[in-house]
Amino acid sequence: MTQTIDTLTTPTQLPQAVEPRNPGMELDLDWALGVQANTSAIERRAKTLPGRRSVKKDYQAAWLAKAITLIDLTTLSGDDTKGRVRRLCAKARQPVRSSLLEAIGLPGLTTGAVCVYHDMVETAVEALHGTGIPVAAVSTGFPAGLSPLHLRLMEIEESVKAGAEEIDIVISRRHVLTQNWQALYDEMKQMRAACGDAHVKAILATGELGTLRNVARASLICMMAGADFIKTSTGKEPVNATLPVSLVMIRAIREFHERTGYRVGYKPAGGISKAKDALVYLSLIKEELGDRWLQPDLFRFGASSLLGDIERQLEHHVTGAYSAGYRHAIG
Amino acid sequence: MTIKDIFDTMDYGPAPEASGDALAWLVDQGSRFGHFIGGSFTDPTDDFDSKNPANGNTLASLSQATQSDIDAAVAAARKAQPSWARDGHKRARVLYAIARLLQKHSRLFAVLETLDNGKPIRESRDIDVPLAQRHFYYHAGIAQLMKDELPDRGALGVCGQIIPWNFPLLMLAWKVAPALAMGNTVVLKPAEYTSLTALLFADICRDAGVPKGVVNIVTGDGAVGEMLVGAPVDKIAFTGSTSVGRKIREATAGRGIPLTLELGGKSPYIVFDDADLDSAIEGLVDAIWFNQGQVCCAGSRLLVQEGIADRFYDKLRARMATLRVGDPLDKSIDVGAVVDPVQLQTIRSMVDSNTSGEVYHAPGALPENGFYYPPTLITGLAPSDPLMQEEIFGPVLAATTFRTPGEAVEVANNTRYGLAATVWTENINLALDIAPKLATGVVWVNATNLFDAAAGFGGVRESGFGREGGWEGLQAYTKPKGKRAALKPVTPFTGDGQPTDLDRTCKLYIGGKQARPDGGYSRNIYGPRGALLGQAPIANRKDIRNAVEAAASAAKSWGKTTGHLRAQILYYMAENLSARATEFAARINDQVGGRSGDKEVDAAINSLFTWAAWADKHDGRAKGVPIRGVALAMNEPVGTIGVLCPDAHPLLGLIASTAPAIAMGNAVVAVGSHAYPLSALDFTQVLETSDLPGGVLNVLTGAPAELSKTMANHLNVDAVWSFTSEDVSAGIEAASAGNLKRTWVETTARDWTTPDAQAFLPQATEVKTIWVPYGE
Repeated sequence: MTQTIDTLTTPTQLPQAVEPRNPGMELDLDWALGVQANTSAIERRAKTLPGRRSVKKDYQAAWLAKAITLIDLTTLSGDDTKGRVRRLCAKARQPVRSSLLEAIGLPGLTTGAVCVYHDMVETAVEALHGTGIPVAAVSTGFPAGLSPLHLRLMEIEESVKAGAEEIDIVISRRHVLTQNWQALYDEMKQMRAACGDAHVKAILATGELGTLRNVARASLICMMAGADFIKTSTGKEPVNATLPVSLVMIRAIREFHERTGYRVGYKPAGGISKAKDALVYLSLIKEELGDRWLQPDLFRFGASSLLGDIERQLEHHVTGAYSAGYRHAIG
Repeated sequence: MTIKDIFDTMDYGPAPEASGDALAWLVDQGSRFGHFIGGSFTDPTDDFDSKNPANGNTLASLSQATQSDIDAAVAAARKAQPSWARDGHKRARVLYAIARLLQKHSRLFAVLETLDNGKPIRESRDIDVPLAQRHFYYHAGIAQLMKDELPDRGALGVCGQIIPWNFPLLMLAWKVAPALAMGNTVVLKPAEYTSLTALLFADICRDAGVPKGVVNIVTGDGAVGEMLVGAPVDKIAFTGSTSVGRKIREATAGRGIPLTLELGGKSPYIVFDDADLDSAIEGLVDAIWFNQGQVCCAGSRLLVQEGIADRFYDKLRARMATLRVGDPLDKSIDVGAVVDPVQLQTIRSMVDSNTSGEVYHAPGALPENGFYYPPTLITGLAPSDPLMQEEIFGPVLAATTFRTPGEAVEVANNTRYGLAATVWTENINLALDIAPKLATGVVWVNATNLFDAAAGFGGVRESGFGREGGWEGLQAYTKPKGKRAALKPVTPFTGDGQPTDLDRTCKLYIGGKQARPDGGYSRNIYGPRGALLGQAPIANRKDIRNAVEAAASAAKSWGKTTGHLRAQILYYMAENLSARATEFAARINDQVGGRSGDKEVDAAINSLFTWAAWADKHDGRAKGVPIRGVALAMNEPVGTIGVLCPDAHPLLGLIASTAPAIAMGNAVVAVGSHAYPLSALDFTQVLETSDLPGGVLNVLTGAPAELSKTMANHLNVDAVWSFTSEDVSAGIEAASAGNLKRTWVETTARDWTTPDAQAFLPQATEVKTIWVPYGE
């Protein structure tokens, strides 16, 4: 668990590059339905965690730098244009002013990936050519996932064809809410197959699943069906990533690893906008899953405004003075 | 390490809490402390040092109180008490100010606590200090409400309070806040290892406008505690070890002052196979590795259902590997330093002398300096292993397995202690079935170590008696208003008359059967004019033994019957007594003289009606604790109660002193009036016709001096009440130290014709607090 990877020299951040890819397994309902999630106990753990771990000074700077490499820099808006996406990609390549990166001894840092709608994949791939930064596409009728299944599968294939190396799919929440686990498993399996070599992040839309128990079950079933990553939210649900939900999902990941030997990644998305939050998430991962998961092949933040706050904190670390937003380039 | 290195390793690095302000406060005080008496500090006498257990450095030099310091402190408290007790609103204002000041200086208190005690700063900052504040807020409200809500209760006077080193400020708050709220003044002795936050508290008392003498703090070791226990105070409250608690029980015996003891524990932590295992593991971290396991209610006995045990232990070992042990001032430390090298040595030798099971120490280096012990798990133990029975008071978890819920309860209750228990299951039926069966004062369901000022905390068995927190906690700091006359001795009549009628044989009543006394002795009972009324059997210690055995066995099922059923039986007893009223009245007149028999029988029937009425009405409470969930205060029977009945009323004495116990689900061993024993023995015929299960009420007659001692000594008796006019109270209190049973000895005259629910109900019940957080 203490194995470390020099991500700066690793050419790609895809999981299959370093880890054997989760091949999935038969649906094991005894396992999935046997999981328990005690909400108040989980909330207590989540609530006290920020008080149990604190990262200061150089350590904080290093952790924040790490967080940058874990960000799926994202734009998922109806008004996205090629220009907007190019600008975002430029930010992904140079997430922090180079003088600051020099000062902390981490030049050449990039974000983990850029995440866009299908239509913007080509533009993003072009804009990131030669950087090793993968493009992730949200496919499958994002965010509701209610278009016909064959169209959702086709969308995945189109995105992969367009150059997306990561596909963020959304599960059909109704399968979870109606306890139709077989359907959830089958759908996930088909989507994984449609992804081919592109790696697949399963968005559970936890804010719409009703209970933490459902989150735990859906997490396990998606992993059984071959998800490379499980992800909390589309960012469009009323409640997005939270610490309790994260705790449930990463405990499912831990258990899946214990039982199968395969490491599945985790991506909280939506609502993480402060550097401090990012540190709490990283310590949560470190505590519950171990250091191995603190690398871009196994952990990502789905975030758009987090980077800005991290930049300000890094400048504060370097200069000792609190920073201002306009001093840092927008994405 | 460069940032690049850290970027690769993702280590935590140091995150020290600054201790400058706390150290500066110590320097400002000259780094020397006297005692806080009558509103100011005495000159320091530099008798011993207070050290930081994380590095052995001396923090300050403290004074060992002398007898004259204790005298001065008690005198100051005595002088201040009457005016302090006068105005509840004024007290509320002062307690509120203390709460606010604890908030304003919260970090100073937290850092000083960690420096002095070695507990992680996270705990002192996020748990100890906020809970202490909450205690003062809550009791500010209690002081405000006392006049309206407790109109019949008054302050005790001066309270001597002795607290341990594991939660120095929090235990101070638990002791001082309710005492002050109820109009008492206090002399408090903190533990000699950890006096500093108490001295800081003394300092802020001045800013809070606490009148001089209301709070007095004397420092020193156990010898000072002994002096305080021996001082002319009106109450002793002690939290600490069971062995010291026992000594205090003996030392205060016969002094007529109330005592509360919050002692050790070996609390079970039960995990059923349907639990959220990861959450149960996290709970264990808060159960046994909280404050280095130096917690009286630490979940130190892990009971796991057998089918999941291996998986659970694996998960637990993995979790232990991520516990961070080290400098308690570091914000990312889970386990700090043990309070003192002596304590560390105790933990070591207990673990080292264990030869059973598998011992697992959490990996990871311990700091070189300071007093540290690694988090430790010992699996595969059996209830018979010493580590499953003895309190370790360190970060050591002893584990065993069980097969069924019934066995879980059996193993959990297989202990001399009874402080707290934790139950993990997702099945509400199971949780709510198990919780009442656990012999503890506190049960946490799917959580552990939850505390709040509104919820009572305290134990049963050798974990002590009395509750701290909530309305029930106020019992310990109040007494009924008004004065009662001393109990006058009632001596049996003598004579040499002839029998007046056909011989009537009175026997003892044990386990629902008439029984001849084991010793085979009886004594003649004479009327006021010397007529021979009959013979009363003389019970001996073996009769007590037999009666306790019958009672303990009956208590198990009687305690689980419904209040409705108990009420019916008590009413039925009244009905059957009423049918024989004339006969009972005549017998009373024969023994006592005069013509009061009718009235006494009426009063006895009235008493039975009153306690029948209460049988299904002594409701518990749902406490407003600050979590999403509920803390239930359930009134449970005490168990087996020995009662020495009042002497003056042959029939009423028996009924009025035992019916409340029976109504609340206890089983009773009663020793009837010594002077007039025949009515109690006659009454057993009524019992036989009233459906009262055998063993619920056992009736003996004999010498109170001898029988009371045997009862108080008996380790299977849970409480002894004495209303006899014989001089037995000191003997009862001293002998009760064996299993630290509750005692209630009255040496004043009570009006037995008026049932006193306020006095009897709390004595006849234990308040169990069951915490049930919820949410899906």
